Amino acid sequence: MISDLFSMTVLVGILASGIRLATPYLYAAIGETFGQRSGVLNLGVEGQMLLGAFTAFYVAIQTGNLWLGVLSAMIVGAVMGLAMAFVTVNLQAVQGISGIGFYLFGLGLSDLLFQRVLGTVETVKGFPKFNLPVLSDLPIVGEIFFQQNILVYISFALVPLAWFVLNKTTLGLKIRAVGENPEAADSLGVSVARIRYLTIILGGTLSGIAGASLSIALLNVFQQNMTSGLGFIAVALVYFGAWRPFGVLGGALLFSLVNSLQLWVQVLGIPIPSDIAVMMPYILTILVLVISVSRVRAPSALTKPFKREE
Amino acid sequence: MKKLRWILIVLLVVGLLLSACQAQPAAPEEEEGPFQIAVVMPSSINDLAFSQSMYDALLRVQEEMGGEEAMTFDYSDGMFVVDDAAAAIRDYAAEGYDLVIAHGSQYGSSLQEIAPDFPETSFVWGTTVDTFGIDNIFAYEAASDEGGYVNGVIAASLTESDVLGVVGPIETGDAKLYVDGFVAGAEATNPDVQVNVNYIGSFSDVALASEAANTHVAAGADAMTGTAQMVVGAIGVAEENDAMWFGTQSSQTELAPDVVVANQIYRWEVVLNEIIDLIGEGTLGGQSFTINLENGGEVIEFNPEYDLPEDVKDLADDTIQGIIDGTISTDVSE
Repeated sequence: MISDLFSMTVLVGILASGIRLATPYLYAAIGETFGQRSGVLNLGVEGQMLLGAFTAFYVAIQTGNLWLGVLSAMIVGAVMGLAMAFVTVNLQAVQGISGIGFYLFGLGLSDLLFQRVLGTVETVKGFPKFNLPVLSDLPIVGEIFFQQNILVYISFALVPLAWFVLNKTTLGLKIRAVGENPEAADSLGVSVARIRYLTIILGGTLSGIAGASLSIALLNVFQQNMTSGLGFIAVALVYFGAWRPFGVLGGALLFSLVNSLQLWVQVLGIPIPSDIAVMMPYILTILVLVISVSRVRAPSALTKPFKREE
Repeated sequence: MKKLRWILIVLLVVGLLLSACQAQPAAPEEEEGPFQIAVVMPSSINDLAFSQSMYDALLRVQEEMGGEEAMTFDYSDGMFVVDDAAAAIRDYAAEGYDLVIAHGSQYGSSLQEIAPDFPETSFVWGTTVDTFGIDNIFAYEAASDEGGYVNGVIAASLTESDVLGVVGPIETGDAKLYVDGFVAGAEATNPDVQVNVNYIGSFSDVALASEAANTHVAAGADAMTGTAQMVVGAIGVAEENDAMWFGTQSSQTELAPDVVVANQIYRWEVVLNEIIDLIGEGTLGGQSFTINLENGGEVIEFNPEYDLPEDVKDLADDTIQGIIDGTISTDVSE
């Protein structure tokens, strides 16, 4: 029965599923990459995603306009990011703990709004599959990559864009400098506070879209705690990807592909207990992390508040 | 001066103790008021699944008993953190509720610890059959395999691809029972049918549930079922691909009226009424109850919008009757 895994239907199924599953991770983890490269660990991603998911869903259902839903989710994520930036940059709070606080805030508020405003699980007509012209007609590859919804494409386009911004622009240089040596950056006239505000708000905005990609593109429902830990996995993927956008992409794809592989393993009746199967992506990610972690170094100023020596 | 202060403190403490004691005789008056129920649930009261089935049942019990004057209930939902749930259960017990329901098998060990501290309060725990031998704990469970079997019979009769898909949460308890029942019903009806079962390892991961459903569709399934609150993601996939859906726990028809064929619905009031009567007679626990098709705690609700062929409907009705009569056995055990 193992041989069933290598049929074309199964391979295409695994890859197409993996691409979809990776989408929310990409938005959230790319956003988190910017924050961490500037020295701020934001553990509130999950809360930002939940509020983004709810907002996008609610706006989409009220107005019928999906893009307005995405925009609203971005704004809500940005506001959450702004608050996080204030707490970590101005008040210099411990980043890990305040992030958890924001997570719990997002979890609670999204649930409260869901209960009070919607009252029940509903569906919305989300972003439809958008077949890219020509590309989607390619055999196999088309079916895997180019018959997805628009938010899936954008999430993958974000990776080279983030790489370019971080490595090829002055802004990227400033972000990296602030994350590696804020004192030096400061002495050269780079505003550490302003850069960190920018990256944390950008991270929040992208987490908001991550939520929207679930509630109005991939799943088209909102339910209490629907992200179910995705936001925390996204933070782990940033470490996994060694704070590099393409590394994050690799991690997100690995995790998602193994996850869709285990779904097929069960469907094909390959005799592995389901409890073991669902552990596969986590075990593999930890293994790769253990093997690779010694080779990379985190941004030096990560989790350290910056205070100018007067 | 110092001595005086000490005397004052002792007097205050004694006074406090006395006033606390005096409050005691007021207690019997409470019994004149409505029967008070508190319930702690792992997901939200509108999850279209496990928690909602209990919430809806409490509303029906309240109506049957004669409204808020006869019975009131309070709830804490979304208690997926067991520690929080335990604190809520203890608070409710301390506040003097007549009946405290711990609606989730994960709350068992907390209840085992809390119940002996409140011997006057009746606790109910589900889904399980285990009362820990404690006098003030009742237990309840659902014979979910029965409705699962009926759903399986219908699905196997309607499928054209002869492939069915199941999206389960964790391979245990109520979920496993339902899934095993579904598989048994399908295989008994149509020997050619292939039932692909998937447990995603989570009660809340909507995204993975949705992808599991996509996997079933890619593997050729044209009818699916699933249990627990994360299946809302899978129902969307069923609708998108025009695959039939079979629900359980609560009615999921409104979510996808075009593709939902039938739902097994839990009517916990059958158990709750019995427990409330027992408490009235002075029995606070020690017994366990099961809802099933025979006692009306489980009902199969057909979606009126779905055009179910007459012969399949008859077969479903015969199956329900057979399970009630005992002529059909699901052959499923936990």
